Amino acid sequence: MTKTGAQILWECIEHEGVTHVFGYPGGAILPAYDALKYSKIHHVLVRHEQGATHMADGYARASGRVGVAVATSGPGATNMVTGIATAMMDSSPIVCITGQVGSKLIGSDAFQETDITGITLPITKHNYLVTRADELAQTMREAFYVARSGRPGPVLVDITKDAQQASCEFDWEAAKPQLPGYRPDLSPAPKEYEKALELIHSSKRPVILLGHGAIVSGAIREVRDLAERAGIPVALTLLGLGALPASHPLNLGMMGMHGEAWVNHTIQEADLLIALGMRFDDRVTGTLKTYAPNAKKIHVEIDPCEINKNVKVDVALVGDLREVLQAMLPKIESIDRSEWLDLIDGLKGDSAVRDIQNLPDSGHLYAAHVINDLWHQTRGGNAVVVTDVGQHQMWEAQYYKHEEPRSLITSGGLGTMGFALPAAIGAKVARPEAEVWAIVGDGGFQMTMCELATIVQENLKINIAIINNGFLGMVRQWQEFFYERNYQATPLLNPDFAKVAAAYGIRNATVTERSQVVPAVQSARQHDGPVLINFQVEQEDTVYPMVAAGAALHEMIRRPSPIVETAADE
Amino acid sequence: MLNTFVVYVENKPGVLTRVASLFRRRAFNIDSLTVGRTEKPEVSRMTITVDADHDQARRIEANLYKLVNVLLVENITTVPAIVRDLAMIKVSATHGARSHVLELASVFRARVVDVAPESLIIEITGDEDKIDGLLEVLRPYGVLEMVRTGIVAMRRGNKAFAALSSQEAPEQTMADDDLSQSV
Repeated sequence: MTKTGAQILWECIEHEGVTHVFGYPGGAILPAYDALKYSKIHHVLVRHEQGATHMADGYARASGRVGVAVATSGPGATNMVTGIATAMMDSSPIVCITGQVGSKLIGSDAFQETDITGITLPITKHNYLVTRADELAQTMREAFYVARSGRPGPVLVDITKDAQQASCEFDWEAAKPQLPGYRPDLSPAPKEYEKALELIHSSKRPVILLGHGAIVSGAIREVRDLAERAGIPVALTLLGLGALPASHPLNLGMMGMHGEAWVNHTIQEADLLIALGMRFDDRVTGTLKTYAPNAKKIHVEIDPCEINKNVKVDVALVGDLREVLQAMLPKIESIDRSEWLDLIDGLKGDSAVRDIQNLPDSGHLYAAHVINDLWHQTRGGNAVVVTDVGQHQMWEAQYYKHEEPRSLITSGGLGTMGFALPAAIGAKVARPEAEVWAIVGDGGFQMTMCELATIVQENLKINIAIINNGFLGMVRQWQEFFYERNYQATPLLNPDFAKVAAAYGIRNATVTERSQVVPAVQSARQHDGPVLINFQVEQEDTVYPMVAAGAALHEMIRRPSPIVETAADE
Repeated sequence: MLNTFVVYVENKPGVLTRVASLFRRRAFNIDSLTVGRTEKPEVSRMTITVDADHDQARRIEANLYKLVNVLLVENITTVPAIVRDLAMIKVSATHGARSHVLELASVFRARVVDVAPESLIIEITGDEDKIDGLLEVLRPYGVLEMVRTGIVAMRRGNKAFAALSSQEAPEQTMADDDLSQSV
């Protein structure tokens, strides 16, 4: 059947099971927008193309399906760059469609022409320039396949205006992907399994390091079985949170720069690290010179490029985590490791005393209190928390106890401020039944707050909690520790966020005291439209503990112990 | 040490950029890169030499495989292989020096491909050391201009890449043997 390139584009997207796309029109993508009238796809009009990519990313992370963002050529396409890089670093499957000037004009510096395939080459898993309508169907099928298979990632398809306008025969079935060089389905050899099992069974102090790969691969059940059967405690990366319930007795919590001190000590004391779907990012290892000095390492990872990249490992199992664990589990022996677990318990020391949740009420409103209260109010439900980047992100990771995979969505690898609000929109669109909370700092919120209009236009029930400390808090914290409190360019002059929300017709509240937190959260949950709460928290608060950049994992800056302080006062 | 990779890629626009960009992005320095046609029109072949240690070479190989358009990668640094570079050298050859230059070219089994009143162009094929050697002895006469292609390489013996079909996925050479060497 003959169709235009524009019609083929939407039909291919429908074939992939996508119901919503996030986009912004413009000259070079107009033929595609014109053809939307033939499509069942719901188009969410964003306010900035960066938002479209974060929404597609949030959609993908909340659901496991591929998210789609659409933009025009030139500035529309370049505005997508930050969102594409974010998805690349966190292995999130999105397909970005951009319009391009007519194929005859390419290379002529035509109006709104930019070489977006060149620009995004290092930040996409793969990209395409399509100049003919009859290339479109196969390209779209390949794009979705590459985005979601293997280690997922962003794929960009740049389509010239004439390719959208031209007509050709369309047969989706016949347009099969042809990717002779693409091999996403690697699996380890039997003897690698034997080596791994031998290390697991002979180790006395093993720790599982659990990452995002467990969620991407859907290995939740298998990870839990491995930990329970072999009696191995589990430390999680930021993006791994939720892959094992926080309440599980073997779950130690988050490791790394802002992980609990005793979790990091556990890793340093271990004789075996079993890394599952994580990549030894510098934020989780500290300096590599002293990282887990006595531990053998097993690395289960789908991407061969990650093997021995940061940390040299003893056994590498390259393959899909779920499949690898399924093959391993029948051979895992049950071992009593109570001695090791007792030792870990001893490492906790005075951590509980130093925990801000256990300190006497000082009358100040701390971000950690807000997040803890929010967790208590929403626990046991189906909440999806989307965080931005900075102090609030770390407090959320520490004090919101995630029980379910895909219940935390955050920009880990790239650390993209402005991510939370649009990603929350994507998450809500993907999972309308979920209770979605965007927790966002006052700095990051202002980077993408134009998307409040998108929330209203789509009538999305999203709850926004601004952790407002009047600073770029995490940068301020680094200035406090490492730049002699020279607060250059970190104090923020903010608008009245409640009034900003009101201008969009969004219900709002401002909270300045602890006692107001729970009522505000309860009221927000009961309201059937979007709500923004401006939490005005302590300005110069610090995320503890902290491993300074380049320091060893066990050398942590701790919150001063109240007991020691009291003694000193006397 | 200098590693030599033979890389088969899909013959499509932009693939050279993808490969070159990978080396830049991962901060590996390309010593030389040649690209050309193969016995199959849909496949191009690259010979890439890079200064890298054992671990880096393994990561380069894995990263090359990660490019969707890369069909096959082989590190032939340690296997018996024919390695060839081609150079054209324009050397000053005045009346008095001409016979000496011709003699040197013949010793190196190089060919004279252009003769002008004041100069000669000498074409030489061989491994890099041989070409360096000829250059060394010609320099006193005055090398006016020189161009080299960079090396191309082919494994010795029966084993050929020709069995590679663009339709069937090649054997994954990132085998477990290789991985466990890292122990």
